[in-house]
Amino acid sequence: MKYLTEFRNGEIARRMAREIAAVATRPWKIMEVCGGQTHSIIKNGIDQMLPAGIEMIHGPGCPVCVTPLELIDKALAIAALPGVIFCSFGDMLRVPGTEGDLFQVKGAGGDVRVIYSPLDAVELAAKNPDKQVVFFGVGFETTAPANAMSVHVAKRRGLKNFSLLVSHVLVPPAISAILESPGNHHPNGEDLPLGTPEKRVRGFLLAGHVCSVMGYWEYPPLAEKYKIPMVVTGFEPLDLLDGIRRAVVQLEAGRYEVENAYERIVTFEGNRPAQRLLAEVFEVTDRAWRGIGVIPRSGLRLSADYREFDAEERFQITGIHTQESALCRAGDVLRGTIKPAQCAAFGRECTPRHPLGATMVSSEGACAAYYNYGRYLSAEELASAGRVRD
Amino acid sequence: MGGNLKAGLTDSPNAAPDFSNWSCPLPLADYPTIVMGHGGGGKLGNELVEHLFLPAFRNAALENLGDAAVLNLPAGRLVLSTDSFVVQPLFFPGGSIGELAVNGTVNDLAVSGAEPKFLSASFILEEGFPLAQLAAIVEAMAEAAATAGVQIVTGDTKVVERGHGDGCYITTAGVGVLRAGIEVGPQRARAGDAILVSGTIGDHGMAIMSVREGLEFESPIRSDCAALNGMIAKVLDAAGAAVHAMRDPTRGGLASTLNEIAQASGVGIAIDEARLPVRAEVQSACELLGLDPVYVANEGKAVFFVAAEAEEKVLAVLRAHPLGREAARIGTVTAQHPRMLVARTAMGANRVIPTQIGEQLPRIC
Amino acid sequence: MCLAIPGRVEEITTEGGLRMGRVNFGGVVKRVCLDYVPEVEVGDYTIVHVGFALSKIDEETAEKTLADFREMGVLEEELAEGDEAFARAAVKPQSACPDGSCESESASQQVSKSA
Repeated sequence: MKYLTEFRNGEIARRMAREIAAVATRPWKIMEVCGGQTHSIIKNGIDQMLPAGIEMIHGPGCPVCVTPLELIDKALAIAALPGVIFCSFGDMLRVPGTEGDLFQVKGAGGDVRVIYSPLDAVELAAKNPDKQVVFFGVGFETTAPANAMSVHVAKRRGLKNFSLLVSHVLVPPAISAILESPGNHHPNGEDLPLGTPEKRVRGFLLAGHVCSVMGYWEYPPLAEKYKIPMVVTGFEPLDLLDGIRRAVVQLEAGRYEVENAYERIVTFEGNRPAQRLLAEVFEVTDRAWRGIGVIPRSGLRLSADYREFDAEERFQITGIHTQESALCRAGDVLRGTIKPAQCAAFGRECTPRHPLGATMVSSEGACAAYYNYGRYLSAEELASAGRVRD
Repeated sequence: MGGNLKAGLTDSPNAAPDFSNWSCPLPLADYPTIVMGHGGGGKLGNELVEHLFLPAFRNAALENLGDAAVLNLPAGRLVLSTDSFVVQPLFFPGGSIGELAVNGTVNDLAVSGAEPKFLSASFILEEGFPLAQLAAIVEAMAEAAATAGVQIVTGDTKVVERGHGDGCYITTAGVGVLRAGIEVGPQRARAGDAILVSGTIGDHGMAIMSVREGLEFESPIRSDCAALNGMIAKVLDAAGAAVHAMRDPTRGGLASTLNEIAQASGVGIAIDEARLPVRAEVQSACELLGLDPVYVANEGKAVFFVAAEAEEKVLAVLRAHPLGREAARIGTVTAQHPRMLVARTAMGANRVIPTQIGEQLPRIC
Repeated sequence: MCLAIPGRVEEITTEGGLRMGRVNFGGVVKRVCLDYVPEVEVGDYTIVHVGFALSKIDEETAEKTLADFREMGVLEEELAEGDEAFARAAVKPQSACPDGSCESESASQQVSKSA
């Protein structure tokens, strides 16, 4: 596939890894925010190719993973209602709520449908006027324009039976939260220090497709404030290696600028038509991030003009009592304080088939990446491995 | 057998069969669908046998119409296999549930080292299922059986009420005779064995997905559904006991099959991702749907574990056969990382490929 | 979900007030909403996420990026000691691309080309 396969050339990748080794003189911890980048890094073994001191810290860039448990439980309740067609992207299906997941709701008779594009959900609403069609709109800024368009079209067509269950989060506030030590409030009231000294993230790979929508004009103030270099990076092996290389070059030189390593797709100002519709359909709000806590002004909700399409308001689900698994350490994984394989439940009580948290089941979750690509073994264990855990 | 029905399998499976010879009451010709009576063992059921199954499957054992088929088998050890087929959709590019039902069981016998001889075919039909579709399926089965050199000698039909089935389910059982001097099995892979695959992977699963997801292709992906017994016989002729294990990677794809053999034999398997034969369209479709070709079902491919010295010979035999033109060596059995499948990526890194979690692609066969 | 795939626009229409297109992703053709990329025309490449085109792919930049990537580390190899360089060259497979850019084309791509 053109403009995809060329960026997976193994020979060039190995050369680029050697370049990074040639440039790095000290250990550096670099965080990739986007879960899609985490998967690509683990799948392609990019982290295995980096010199010993360069460590990739996996960030909270998994919108499915950070959707609050309460919202998952509401989704399950709505999906189980008769007369509702509940639509979502594929990987929401097995995200564990307090009790069960969408897949089980479907098995019990709920009309749960996996769709490819939010416009498909709008079509379903038009074709099924006697049903309520609810779309679980989860995502970062990459997905927000698609979800915005679906609501916009529904309004234009006067559809009364379409609604959006909104779980949209924004990247820049998450980066701020990671870089700031105090200032986050866990639902239990504790202060969670993100970026404790020994785990200090020194550089960021910015999510390339988020930036294709928003541009990267939001980041220079952050880079300046925290003196952290940031590189807009793509998803294929060569793009990732280039992004890492540029971050290391800046770190070695003591620079902290925002660079664009994904120029073929990302511009400074981003996609203006998309940003305009986002501003019309959504407004910024405080958001709770599952496993992290409330991050101020870090999410989107429907604006007043579009509030009638909000599924939470339309369905008024009450009586939700959430209960996280006591064993699950998804929050620590999302903040980058541990790697998935360091969680005691990893591969034991928690597997993709029986996940304790969303990170083990989402296509962008770090735990799923580690499990599915076999990262639960050290090199020695790999050599003398026994039965693969199911 | 008339070719007109099969030709229109994916285009117009509802083309009407010729009812002029049927002695059934008029209403059936006017409303040509399955009714509860077809499963009742009475006149309607007999109609189906006489006018649909018998003419299609045409053999002496079947025509005796006994409760069981009396068969003559050559001397040797008996091999028995069974499979049920619940694929949705019933008709897809490259085949239908009919071919799957015949070839699936034929292949299970063949990869066990047996020469497939006779099949049974049981149908569970849903009330309201169009007779034209049943006729097309049966015709496809007849053709597949003839190609594979097997006979369908006994069967059964049951009907369930509307809403209690998905049109048509088929179960086939097959019996064959083990080739003398051949002992293959998932537990017989040895360190040093070469691992060969007979052709491109992921074709069947993506053919199904393309229908389900409404994907459009420049060159449509067709299922690779085919009977492998002819090709496998040639491989055994050429390499004999050097063939340690064979498998057809159906549900769960190549990855599941290799993991099963690694587990059963207590060995490690190392494959090279760059050597896996994958059609460009299959790769693109997998990319789009977020799937990995190693987990996608195949219905006309075989994996061979052969002693290293037999690799060249077996590859030559495979590539000389119409079903094995794109055969390739994909990896080696190793004593390292026992019971684990490890792939070398294009980057040169190693990644473990675990057994597929859950049902990525349900109702694929 | 950040999964976005590059594809080539083959046809543009208007459906229900939206600018829609048929986009070819390496042989798979899908309907895509082009409303956010008014500058994209037939023949252009675009990056698509959940059925929406988000950005035109600047082909000139893409080619330059690839060229830059191919340059990386090549100089190091050229400067290698004579014996080492000879030994390396002796085991390198013969290739039509001396710069190594198509050296590791997978068997799969070769299969598909001949299919």
